[in-house]
Amino acid sequence: MVQPLDIHQETPSQTAGPYVHIGLMPSFAGIPDIYENQLGESPIADGAKGEVIEIVGSIYDGTGWAMRDALFESWQADASGKFAGQDGADPSVSGYCRFAADGETGEYTLKTVKPGSIAGRGGQVHAPHISLWIVARGINIGLQTRIYFEDEDNSTDPLLNRIEQRQRVDTLIAKKTADGKYRFDVRLQGEGETVFLDI
Amino acid sequence: MADLGPLIPRNRDIHPVPYDPGYKTSVARSPSQPLLSMESGASEETGPTFGHGTFGALDNNLIMNFSKGAAPAIGERILMHGKVLDERGRGVPNTLVEIWQANAGGRYRHKKDGYLAPLDPNFGGCGRTLTDDEGNYQFLTIRPGAYPWPNRGNDWRPMHIHISVFGHSFGQRLITQMYFQGDPLIDMCPIAATIKNRSQLDRLVAPLDMSNSRPLDFLAYKFDIVLRGRRQTMFENKLEGM
Repeated sequence: MVQPLDIHQETPSQTAGPYVHIGLMPSFAGIPDIYENQLGESPIADGAKGEVIEIVGSIYDGTGWAMRDALFESWQADASGKFAGQDGADPSVSGYCRFAADGETGEYTLKTVKPGSIAGRGGQVHAPHISLWIVARGINIGLQTRIYFEDEDNSTDPLLNRIEQRQRVDTLIAKKTADGKYRFDVRLQGEGETVFLDI
Repeated sequence: MADLGPLIPRNRDIHPVPYDPGYKTSVARSPSQPLLSMESGASEETGPTFGHGTFGALDNNLIMNFSKGAAPAIGERILMHGKVLDERGRGVPNTLVEIWQANAGGRYRHKKDGYLAPLDPNFGGCGRTLTDDEGNYQFLTIRPGAYPWPNRGNDWRPMHIHISVFGHSFGQRLITQMYFQGDPLIDMCPIAATIKNRSQLDRLVAPLDMSNSRPLDFLAYKFDIVLRGRRQTMFENKLEGM
């Protein structure tokens, strides 16, 4: 026998299922009035500093079908690389957003400010990125990934540099389609499978 | 801000497998490549906060919130309550807990649910609350019905309530489901069966809690939730090659 470790195990995940919108985005499910406000409607308020950008994309299953029922949450720093609650953070940036794939087209849109680069432990600097968490029917534990930007210097980012198969780095980089507009698609399986994270 | 240390890496063995042919939708929706594992940083260790002022008085009362207090939902009245902890056993205060569920007949109020059981005009099916200073939460609701779903020939979901929890960092984000003690459908459910370790699945089954049921009013079920904790930061060094 040994001394017991005084540590609990995390509660196991279960899929969010097809009706996740009822709980997290009730207006999307057709229940617009149940709460006085809906959480995570926008990551920015008027007056947010930095470049306002719009990211559009779809999430594809292993057959290439754009999923209609996925729900996303994003979390990011402000334009100076500070997260809400940190000293000096922009009070107009909550940094948090909930959005869903469109029920007809499968496309999502995220309007936000472009984040700054982030200081890490030991002097590391992370290139500007938005953390993404994805749930849907058939996804048994929420998927984590990141959106980086093709018009930023990503060369010293510690996460991107950990990806051995260099062609897969591209799966985490949003493509610029116009001024302030980007496209970021997620592929769950197969060719071009997005790099998912365990962080 | 003080460095609370990195998140304890997730133990994937206690979680459901991503790919499970018994749950057909998971087949094309599970990554086939391994996940990229890294130590957490600010992006995972920070997270959104929600103020008490955001919430309405009926937000955690699913029996009354859809009708704005006008008329109660139909069904067996229950109190769902418990504590949100981290892996160190500490209560997680002031964190958002959201739930959603089918009505007593097993029907969801969602534009995509066409099950023949009727909608309840006084039941919406969602609730939200913040944990108190010790991490405790509670919801008043009705027991959801079991319902059939298109998977194999004749699959039924056991009675369950979906739960979404935040913690204080984005890397703690978790969605799970609460099942009810004694429901025979748990053992036949392909979604419950995505958790391969039976003792882990048992952790999602809420016991009947007569000590917190109110006579002539409601039964109680207890459901505690454990979120990822933090590693201690003493002897923190820069990793080789990072």
